[in-house]
Amino acid sequence: MNNGRLFAALLGAVTVALVAIGTVWPAPSAAAYSGVGNMLRSSSTPEAAVENLGEEIRKQAWEKAYGSLANRAQFTETEFVKDLTGYYPSLLTYTTLDRFEVRPLHASANEAEMELKLHWATVVGLSVSTRDLHVVRNGDRWEPEWPIVRESIVPPQVIAVNYLRWDVIYRGSGDDWGSQDVEAPHVRIVDMHPVDRAEGVVILGELLNEDVVPAYVSVSATLLSKNQSPIATEGSFDRIDHLLLPKQVTPFLIQFHNVALSEVGSIRMTPLSALIAASADPVIEIGSEQLHPAPGATLTGQLINQSGQIVNVAHVLGTFYNKSGQVVWVADQYVDQALAPQTPVPFEIHIPEDLARNVSSQRTVVATYSFGGFQ
Amino acid sequence: MRLPTTVEAGSAFSIQSAGNGQATLYIVGLGQVLKRDVLLGETAFFSPGSLISAGRYLVVLAGVSSTQNGSFDVVSTHKPTNLSFLAKPSRLPVGLRDGITGAVYVLDDYHNLIASPTPVSFELSNPSSTVQKHLVVTHNGAAWTVMDSTAQQGIDKFVARVGDAYSTRVVAQVPGDPCGLKMTAQQSGQQVRLVTDPVRDCSGNAIPDGTVVTFTEKYNGAQSTVDEPLKNGIAEVELSARSGATFSVASGIVMGNQIRWEK
Repeated sequence: MNNGRLFAALLGAVTVALVAIGTVWPAPSAAAYSGVGNMLRSSSTPEAAVENLGEEIRKQAWEKAYGSLANRAQFTETEFVKDLTGYYPSLLTYTTLDRFEVRPLHASANEAEMELKLHWATVVGLSVSTRDLHVVRNGDRWEPEWPIVRESIVPPQVIAVNYLRWDVIYRGSGDDWGSQDVEAPHVRIVDMHPVDRAEGVVILGELLNEDVVPAYVSVSATLLSKNQSPIATEGSFDRIDHLLLPKQVTPFLIQFHNVALSEVGSIRMTPLSALIAASADPVIEIGSEQLHPAPGATLTGQLINQSGQIVNVAHVLGTFYNKSGQVVWVADQYVDQALAPQTPVPFEIHIPEDLARNVSSQRTVVATYSFGGFQ
Repeated sequence: MRLPTTVEAGSAFSIQSAGNGQATLYIVGLGQVLKRDVLLGETAFFSPGSLISAGRYLVVLAGVSSTQNGSFDVVSTHKPTNLSFLAKPSRLPVGLRDGITGAVYVLDDYHNLIASPTPVSFELSNPSSTVQKHLVVTHNGAAWTVMDSTAQQGIDKFVARVGDAYSTRVVAQVPGDPCGLKMTAQQSGQQVRLVTDPVRDCSGNAIPDGTVVTFTEKYNGAQSTVDEPLKNGIAEVELSARSGATFSVASGIVMGNQIRWEK
């Protein structure tokens, strides 16, 4: 009993001592993240130089980051910042760098090639971009060269747009209960099947707007056990294009975590549609789409905005089919760069390795968002 | 107390009482209460419009020394003047059998349901096609029918009529799926201009503008896609001109023709 009290007292004393030491002499990383210190170290190696640059980008210390570059004479600080955060408002405009990774590619006595992987924390999740940096020795210091990418700027102009747009007037609150209201758009699930995955049951499918008006759509599913009692209900969330113009088709994916397909007796699908004011503009061309087989299976391509309106956020949804035309997977990617008119922007969607071998064709749709809504 | 057995909604009526002295007469019904001071032994007259809602009314005559109870019914006027007409849907594709439903509740001047059998005429008319007419007799105040959508697109008038009373709804008949979707290809500089023929459904109705037409180019394992909305009845797009490329067109789940580009 006495030994136990002694041990408890000792443990308490050690804890207090460690807290005091940590407060008086904090670790550099802890101090940096608490905002009272920094993790910068001498740029005596190529890795250290690129890590310092990554740290300054994380802290949005643009002036210091720009000042540390060997090739800063080739571009302005504004161009450097725009290269990182976007020339037009986009996902990256309102984001912060969560973390970064530095990987040496090649090094000699005076030059080195380093890979800087930037993990941005955006409102729709993590967005990763990678830059290969050339690092040069300058006396006893190493300085990175920034591989500036200048986005083409759309010159000021007026672009006439005469695409259709739809507005909706609902019946008034004072109307008789028997009065007609505008009909909700008619939508139809044209394909649906469940897939058993390691993380749970996934429901894949496609939804068609078979009406002549635009529709705001979403799909939810309820898994029913073999005795028809509900197991769980989930929605497609953002794995769907929520705005469907007439005769447009969107894929959808609904995930049920920790449920095995063997437990499921049947599935109740509930498509939802509502009238929405919408515009047929912008039109996005999806060009040079290419399926790359496993390992590292991806769908790559580029988006070309054929309209005059700048698209601030583009969400690419890929539907992957097997040889018999059945949907085998739905994957998506948010493009972190704004789509300026007639300016190609690349995208890359990852396909699970085990499914990639079954994929023989694909179809891609793009959901677009413009700040300020429809105009 | 002598009460009428039934009173037609909105009409005058009277209540005769016996005895002498003063009393208070209460008439209590659904959503309506009348209170009147009366002299026992006299007749209390109620002017037209005193009671308008159909239903059972409770009558209480409260005197100084005694209270009498009774009841009577207020019934609808049997003269149809209002119709509550539910027509669904307000928009549907052409050529759909039994696609339109109409239901009517027949009401009198005071919006009381007329429960006695009443013939209702339903009429669905499209300016460019024949008129569909159904005559249905109400059952417990309601009558309903189903109609087919016609082969012609347009705004149909759906009218329910009882005597002089009528109610009109509009039903938009819209084109169905595109039929025989066809495009042509022309060189346009370094590009190929793909243009659809005017897009129509299987009944010849023009598919409305804004409907999405998907153009796809397949070349050497790569693919390009554009979802282009119809404008002025056609869709057109420019894609890269590459010899050996295959262009296809679709709208919704309807496939159109394919063109192989050889230049």
